[in-house]
Amino acid sequence: MSSEKKQHTVQTTGHAWDGDLQEFNNPLPNWWLWGFYATVVFAVIYWVLYPAFPIGNTYTKGAFNEITYTTADGKTKTSHWTTRALLMQEMQEARELQKPYLEKINKTGYEQIAGNKEQSSFAYSTAKVLFADNCAACHQAGGAGVIGMYPNLADDAWLWGGSYAQIEESIRKGRNGNMPGFKASLSAEQIDNVAEYVLGLSGIEVNKDKAAQGKAVFEGAGTCHVCHTKAGSGQFAMGSANLTDKVWTFANVPAAKTLAEKKTAVKEVVANGFGRHMPAWNGRLSDVEIKMLAFYVHQLSAGK
Amino acid sequence: MAEQLIQKRIPVVPRSVSGRFRALKYAILLLAYSVYYLLPWLRWERSSGPNQAVLFDIVGRKFYLFDLVVYAQDIFWLAGFLIIAAFLLFFVTSIAGRVFCGYFCFQTLWTDVFVLIERLVQGERTARIKLINGPMNGEKFIKLTMTKLLWLLVALLTGLSFTLYWGNAPELLQQLVAGTGPFPAYATTLFLTATTFVMAGLAREQVCTYMCPYSRFQAVMFDQDTLLVAYDEKRGEAENGRWKPVKGLLKREERQAKGYGDCIDCGFCVQVCPTGIDIRNGIQYQCISCALCIDACNTIMDSINYPRDLIRYSSENELHGKQRRWYKPKNIGYALMLLLISGILVWSVATRVASELRVNQIRQPLYVVLSDGHIQNRYEIKITNKTDQPQKYHLALEGLSSAELDSGYFSETSLGPGESQQLQVRVKMPPDSNSEKIRPFYFVLQSRDTPSKVVVKSKARFNLP
Repeated sequence: MSSEKKQHTVQTTGHAWDGDLQEFNNPLPNWWLWGFYATVVFAVIYWVLYPAFPIGNTYTKGAFNEITYTTADGKTKTSHWTTRALLMQEMQEARELQKPYLEKINKTGYEQIAGNKEQSSFAYSTAKVLFADNCAACHQAGGAGVIGMYPNLADDAWLWGGSYAQIEESIRKGRNGNMPGFKASLSAEQIDNVAEYVLGLSGIEVNKDKAAQGKAVFEGAGTCHVCHTKAGSGQFAMGSANLTDKVWTFANVPAAKTLAEKKTAVKEVVANGFGRHMPAWNGRLSDVEIKMLAFYVHQLSAGK
Repeated sequence: MAEQLIQKRIPVVPRSVSGRFRALKYAILLLAYSVYYLLPWLRWERSSGPNQAVLFDIVGRKFYLFDLVVYAQDIFWLAGFLIIAAFLLFFVTSIAGRVFCGYFCFQTLWTDVFVLIERLVQGERTARIKLINGPMNGEKFIKLTMTKLLWLLVALLTGLSFTLYWGNAPELLQQLVAGTGPFPAYATTLFLTATTFVMAGLAREQVCTYMCPYSRFQAVMFDQDTLLVAYDEKRGEAENGRWKPVKGLLKREERQAKGYGDCIDCGFCVQVCPTGIDIRNGIQYQCISCALCIDACNTIMDSINYPRDLIRYSSENELHGKQRRWYKPKNIGYALMLLLISGILVWSVATRVASELRVNQIRQPLYVVLSDGHIQNRYEIKITNKTDQPQKYHLALEGLSSAELDSGYFSETSLGPGESQQLQVRVKMPPDSNSEKIRPFYFVLQSRDTPSKVVVKSKARFNLP
């Protein structure tokens, strides 16, 4: 078809200005037009079903499209269609799917959970998330803690005991760890000697004479043995640290290079003492959540 | 009057033909349909798992292919398979043209069957054209409805059969009929029924000419030696072109003497063409190389005692009297790639490990110092039993002297076929004088009954302060 021939068949709007000025009429393709009508129909249906138009302070809520869901604390709510209500509904469905597993965990003893393929991996994966949400802020992801502030949960040294029951109690009731400062009751030299002795307990090479003097202070004027025991191994009932192992929870001895630096770190703790506090989670977390967390923390280090 | 906005389809009403290629195509059709419709029903003995020979189990994340079970983590085999398919297409197309389009493509196969149904209900080409152009009456209505109902039946069977590959066929079919089947099964069946009906019944050659990318890019692989369905123009047209066999132009000698070609312009080759083209116009993108025009022309040539093959499989070079060359770098390259990838895939499938051991070191914290000064690292381990037998495993370390492994209750574990288990394990070792801060070692999965038998090893690293 030649272009000249084509020109004659083009539609115009019918008007002519200045004699020969005409406007082409380019009709829309039918498929396009019907597509457009379809979007109009779609829009009308959408307006009816979903929230659409603002009216003053409020808006049209959409009809025949209500969402009913039950919240975590058992209240039933009904809402017009919103993405939040959709999410709540999905959360409810997820909770219902989890329920049989949780009930099983609730009824099973710790050792049985640890020995059961399905339950141990369920408890572990669930608690991993709970730990990240509730515990990792202090104890760090993976439970490594921070020396001097938050105890390391991944090693095998326990202040309050590493059995399932003891871990569960720590989580449930929280813990208060206090050590008084001794700078008022002990002289600088006594503190220096005690530090020498305490470092020696962990197998670090120290001055034997000074350590012997330190031992006298430890068991005498310093009254350190009241909490840490005569052997220095601490006791779970008080949360007093075991001074004979290689783990340091408060004085950052592993980071210190020389004996003098290590002593400085220990002396600082003896002189000033410290107090740390772990909040109680009873009530904030459900029983089964606490149980799974205790299982998880025990898994981190194999407990004790 | 408005401009024409779309290319209106002129319906193609192919006439039936018989011959060598038609027979071959029916044979392939029969084979392909038998495999497609019957395969889900083939039962297969397995010591564990479903007894269906071919089953794509989405929920269980396992694909059963006879004795091979493909796990989700083996899905890269699919990439190998697709690469092989691509190179096979390149190789075959480069040598023999659009063989896939003409003989194996499901669009061709299903269109063939739909045209067959059309012919059985409405009659041969002329009858069908008459029916299309005729006014609507009782006969036309019944015939058209019958055709479409039969199409719908084939389309439904097609969609249903596809769906049956994804579940236990007898059970799934029962559920689907009873109305208790899963929603995706209904959706898949319905979708494929609709597309089959539309593509093979209504759209037909438009799929090849407008929609299909392969039909267009296959031309890129063509060269002067590629086989194609071609009309021998020299013989067919001679000096004065084709002409009807009118009086004085009946015998071949008479025609040659007067300078007319062998083509008697009967139009049979055009009538049988499923894409509605005239092969005598030369190579065209619409041609799917189905070779039905060869059958048509040979039928005519035989009936008037002319030599066969006026339309035949030929190549550009051959039509111009040159020798065909098969061995050329391009073809050899395709063949080598095909062999290479096939080799890799076969090797990968043949040497697959029946048990899987995946190790992830926990990196937060990398290590902890224990109360006795030992260093401890933690690992998350996943063991999968991919055999069809229950297995008893023992997990051990290799290459990390004086280290201890603590797997809790699971230093030994039994896994059923297809089962997998996640473990948290701890490895601890005493500090030593070696200043190496990262020690590579292996987790070793042994068979519990014969500890010397290493099932699979996995590399890991141990970090020290």
